[in-house]
Amino acid sequence: MALVHEEVADAICTKHAETGLCFYFHYLEKQGCACSVSHLVVMNTQRDPVATQLSSDTLGRPVRTLRVKMVLLGGSGVGKSSLALRFVRSEFRSTVPTVGCAYMTHMIHLRDVSLRFEIWDTAGQEKYHSVTPLYYRGAHAALLVYDISKRETFYRVQLWLQELEKHYIPGSTVMWLIGNKADLGHARQVSEQEGHSLAADRGLYFIETSALSGDHVDELLQDVAHRVYECVGGQQGGLSEWEEKPCEDLHHRDMSSLLTSCCKS
Amino acid sequence: MDGEAQNESVACEKATLAPVDRLRSNRAESPTPGLVEGTEPGAVQKSAFFAHAQSFEDLTAEAEEKAEQEGVVEDSGQTEDELQVLVGERTITEQHAQDVSPQSRSKEEDMSSEAWRSHRKHVFVLSEAGKPIYTRYGSEEALSSTMGVMMALVSFVESDKNTIRSIHADGCKVIFLAKSPLVLVGVSQTYQSDKELLRELQYIYYQIVSLLTLTQLNHIFQNKQNYDLRRLLAGSEYLTDNLLHRLDRDPGLLLSAVTCLPLSNSVRDVVSSSLQAAKAKNLVFSILLAGDRLVTLVRKKDQFLHHIDLHLVMNLVGSSSSFREGEGWTPICLPKFNTAGFFHAHISYLESASDLCLILVSTDREDFFNMSDCKQRFLERLTKRTAYQALKEALKCPSYSVEQVGIPELRHFLYKSKSSGLYTSPEFPELYQSDEEQERLMGLYQDLHSHLHHPVRPLRFFYRCTNKENLLAWVTNGFQLYLCFSPLGTKAMAVSAVNKLLKWIRKEEDRLFILSPLTY
Ligand SMILES: Nc1nc2c(ncn2[C@@H]2O[C@H](COP(=O)(O)OP(=O)(O)OP(=O)(O)O)[C@@H](O)[C@H]2O)c(=O)[nH]1
Ligand SMILES: [Mg+2]
Repeated sequence: MALVHEEVADAICTKHAETGLCFYFHYLEKQGCACSVSHLVVMNTQRDPVATQLSSDTLGRPVRTLRVKMVLLGGSGVGKSSLALRFVRSEFRSTVPTVGCAYMTHMIHLRDVSLRFEIWDTAGQEKYHSVTPLYYRGAHAALLVYDISKRETFYRVQLWLQELEKHYIPGSTVMWLIGNKADLGHARQVSEQEGHSLAADRGLYFIETSALSGDHVDELLQDVAHRVYECVGGQQGGLSEWEEKPCEDLHHRDMSSLLTSCCKS
Repeated sequence: MDGEAQNESVACEKATLAPVDRLRSNRAESPTPGLVEGTEPGAVQKSAFFAHAQSFEDLTAEAEEKAEQEGVVEDSGQTEDELQVLVGERTITEQHAQDVSPQSRSKEEDMSSEAWRSHRKHVFVLSEAGKPIYTRYGSEEALSSTMGVMMALVSFVESDKNTIRSIHADGCKVIFLAKSPLVLVGVSQTYQSDKELLRELQYIYYQIVSLLTLTQLNHIFQNKQNYDLRRLLAGSEYLTDNLLHRLDRDPGLLLSAVTCLPLSNSVRDVVSSSLQAAKAKNLVFSILLAGDRLVTLVRKKDQFLHHIDLHLVMNLVGSSSSFREGEGWTPICLPKFNTAGFFHAHISYLESASDLCLILVSTDREDFFNMSDCKQRFLERLTKRTAYQALKEALKCPSYSVEQVGIPELRHFLYKSKSSGLYTSPEFPELYQSDEEQERLMGLYQDLHSHLHHPVRPLRFFYRCTNKENLLAWVTNGFQLYLCFSPLGTKAMAVSAVNKLLKWIRKEEDRLFILSPLTY
């Protein structure tokens, strides 16, 4: 039995190499060395995680599912769609420029809650700029992506930042600055330090990723999940503003017909 | 625009004024049906889903359009008896200029000029200020002086209150289309007529409008005359490239029609009604495609989709794999519907590896979740039915071979039913498997097409022998037909094949066409 361990935030994901099954060990306590397993989630990564998601933890308590609206912004070709593909399918494929916007969903399981990420992968091309407010409006997480090998995209990301700040309601959106294509170190045009300082100045989280190699991609998503859950106020009674949305907005639109049929009746 | 839509819907009703009973009996009895529009094989039984344009004609200048329509009225008394007369009237058996290999010509030119000059067809788009916007080959920057000269030509003639249409020089045609705020220029070494080339430039114009809307284009250039539009079109050049490629290859663009996935009537009905049931307030069109073939289309009552708009949608979907990742949501202008505003299209594949692509067109930019919900409802309904399996089965053979028709000399054909705006065509036979041969055959069809739609002397019937194939084209008020025979056949044989083919199409019509399109 070959098991691959990977520690992500407060959960350990263990992937069984032959079956592709993922075992998530969630720990009740992050601090201290004595950790006790709170529950175990088994996911078959070959299938949509939602379909196999356990609806209750091992103690029989129902696991709540909360919606997280996440938007990816940045110039064309910086790797937004590639990152989204990594998030959702853990793979890297050649992509083409996005037309308009691509929408996909992905479940992240935290220790006492499941977050249903609704990912809006926007098009970086300028002609779609005018429709982008649709996607960042009301977003709980905004990922501002640039390409470390193209300085121009770093400027571009600052324009996005300015635009977001105009509409920013403190405490409602967690923002990340992401320097993607970290694997292209030899062609680097934006130093890690520059990214860091921009992020620090403007109160953003910062990370450099590579959608190509997968470096820091899972960490990023786990981190986003935690920050959103903590900062946007999911701890006590949940993120109520998500449930206030009109009925049809609450329908789950995953490929899992299981879920859809029980939501509608 | 509104007026146009109105005319179109009137024309549409006209097509179905005849009571359905009479239509049916006409269908059955007429040996060469289709001399009256609405009775041809593949004709729609209710109102069609396309804006009932004179399709080809509506792309050309208004004066020409009028002349053509008058021509149609004059000829409307024609019956099948006249077929023989027409055959005698115009039969051309010749070694057409086209058969002189165009290859050797272009090589010759190649010697004395740069490589890109030898391309068969160039297309340039520029702003009225002479700024380059698009070139099919090469880079716009490198061509800015050339485009400047083009613009100078246009404005020189315009200053004289005149319009430059084309320049003919030494096997080369330069066609101009001024569509403020854009100017389109085609440079062609093909044998296509000015009118055909103009039609292709129109398509390119609509492609650009569909990305930006005409209102936005006007606004941009009113504010800044020498704006560099490439900024806004960046990353979409491939759409124009692909459209030009399609113009050389896709009979649908030539015929101003689309083709359907062959599917048994009952299966298509289930798919259509499932789609019809998944409606929403702002939903205007639901389109289900299998590659470039239409599976079904449901439209809002009184709203018609123009075939050009549908081709632009097909070009968008077919050119980008980006819709395979999740659900796509994009603004799109359907210029034949309305050049002023955007629709918003929800684009997604029914299954990840499937060719079935669903396009839901809404008027509301905030409608994403409603459209997503419509898709889900459609899919739920459909997957419960056995028809879904049958549909997937049908995807495995999206075409048919010409042998099924049972006419030995017949190699290939295009048949368009005018009232439905749909066409059918078998797959290319072995002889025409290579890209060059397919493009050559398309070139022959284009040539026939331009004879039938000649602005001054349109023909109704045209027979032509070359040393590689015999060709026959026939247009009536109900249909257009283009046939390609082996060069060994005779004219009499070709004429009798027409009847046989029409009967075959009649027999297969509910599989090959969508006879009863639905509205919400
Ligand atoms: N070397 C390297 N290439 C990458 C990485 N991420 C993406 N790319 C490549 O960059 C190109 C653009 O990637 P996309 O993900 O399509 O970019 P995008 O930001 O979605 O672009 P738009 O949709 O036009 O806004 C593709 O060729 C990717 O293969 C990365 O981490 N490293
Ligand atoms: Mg993208």
